[in-house]
Amino acid sequence: MRILAFIVVCLTGAFLLYGTSEFPDWGDPNAPASLHVAGYYIEKTYEETAVIFTAGIGCFLLLRDFRGKKEHYYHHIPTGVILHIKDEKKSLTVGKEFGYMDKEWVPPDLINKNICRILIPFIQINALYVLAHGDYSPGGGFQGGVIFGSSLILLSISYDLKTLVKRVKERLLGIFAALGVLIYAGTGALCLIIGGNFLDYGKLAPLLPGHSDHIRAYGMLVVEIGVGIAVMAVMTIIYINIVSEGRHDEGL
Amino acid sequence: MSDVLSLIIAKYNYWLYVILMMIGLYGMIAKNNLIKKVVGMNIFQTAIILFYVSIGYKTHAGIPIITSADTAHGVAVKAADYINPLTSCLMLTAIVVSVATFGYAMALAVRIYQRYKTLEEDELRMRLSEE
Amino acid sequence: MHWPIDIIVLTFVIFCAIAALSVQDLLGTAILFGAYSFLMCLLWTIMGAVDVAFTEASVGAGVSTVFFVAAIFRTSRRTKD
Repeated sequence: MRILAFIVVCLTGAFLLYGTSEFPDWGDPNAPASLHVAGYYIEKTYEETAVIFTAGIGCFLLLRDFRGKKEHYYHHIPTGVILHIKDEKKSLTVGKEFGYMDKEWVPPDLINKNICRILIPFIQINALYVLAHGDYSPGGGFQGGVIFGSSLILLSISYDLKTLVKRVKERLLGIFAALGVLIYAGTGALCLIIGGNFLDYGKLAPLLPGHSDHIRAYGMLVVEIGVGIAVMAVMTIIYINIVSEGRHDEGL
Repeated sequence: MSDVLSLIIAKYNYWLYVILMMIGLYGMIAKNNLIKKVVGMNIFQTAIILFYVSIGYKTHAGIPIITSADTAHGVAVKAADYINPLTSCLMLTAIVVSVATFGYAMALAVRIYQRYKTLEEDELRMRLSEE
Repeated sequence: MHWPIDIIVLTFVIFCAIAALSVQDLLGTAILFGAYSFLMCLLWTIMGAVDVAFTEASVGAGVSTVFFVAAIFRTSRRTKD
């Protein structure tokens, strides 16, 4: 089986290599891609948002487990005694002296927690900066959204998953994901309603006060914000659902 | 022989991209573990993105951002001074798609492990045929 | 752009790809995959496509590695091949 796969791969590679003999040299300014194709193209970022949103919804539908786990471990903070509760049919509230324990519990690390706690707001400001400067420096909506999402994942890794879930509830993340797609599609549809093409920002000029030349830049900014919000929510949703197997109680 | 050699020297980069693509393809076909198959798919995807981005490159050209200093004297900018940004713009969507499929494939792998307690393809096939 | 740096980074990329597929420990695969992503990002910066490089750095070397490690956490870590 392996030999067969190796032979197939070598044959495909040989065909592809034979095809490259006709390619233009690397770095040739007169290559066909630069001469002909560049004139006839539209950007395809709407597919990005739709694809990412579908992936988030798919992970949520695949993994989410509302039943929860049956065994719980609590540790008594003054004495260090560990309680193992096997079958929790009714909801059990424990007093303030007990702390919840993951099955793979590690003692809280002072350096880790405090450094991440200080860094996370700066990472988020950086994410907003990358989002806003998308047309002037590398970056844009998607990159800003990913950096924001990874700041929330950092919160979950350095503290624990319950801290993240308490701060950013699951319902809020779902609303954000849909809101991002709505902002994007809404801006495009608004341009359609007014009378132009989809995402034709020039037609929005009578709506907003101010210089009518800037309306294109504002339209792009609104669209990037929509993409960023959707991507942030989806990255966090996928992480939470994978690491806790859908139960949202313990994690890395 | 010298013909082939001059061909290699002129187009070495395409050959290396093809080798990378074939490594990814081999990983997708021949590896047993499901996660290794997904890694092979991702290697294949990034190799294709690399190929597309390399098409837009021009020698002695700069990053495609036109600052106001370039158009200061009313002189039109020459196309040969900037690399072609079209190819890299198309590949952004490809990267987004690749990360979305990667996350979803990890979720599927976790689900499969929950149900069948294994991630190796031959063991999975045995357990599926036993049901 | 200098062709020696291009060839060196491409060679490292190919080594990383082969190693990521051959290692039997999935955590090693995750780390090598992150290194592969970083080297790809470097290649794209060399070619001038800075947007793509930024996206790959934030996605491939950040979020993708985290997803991988989270999935390994919930499944097994060793593989037979």
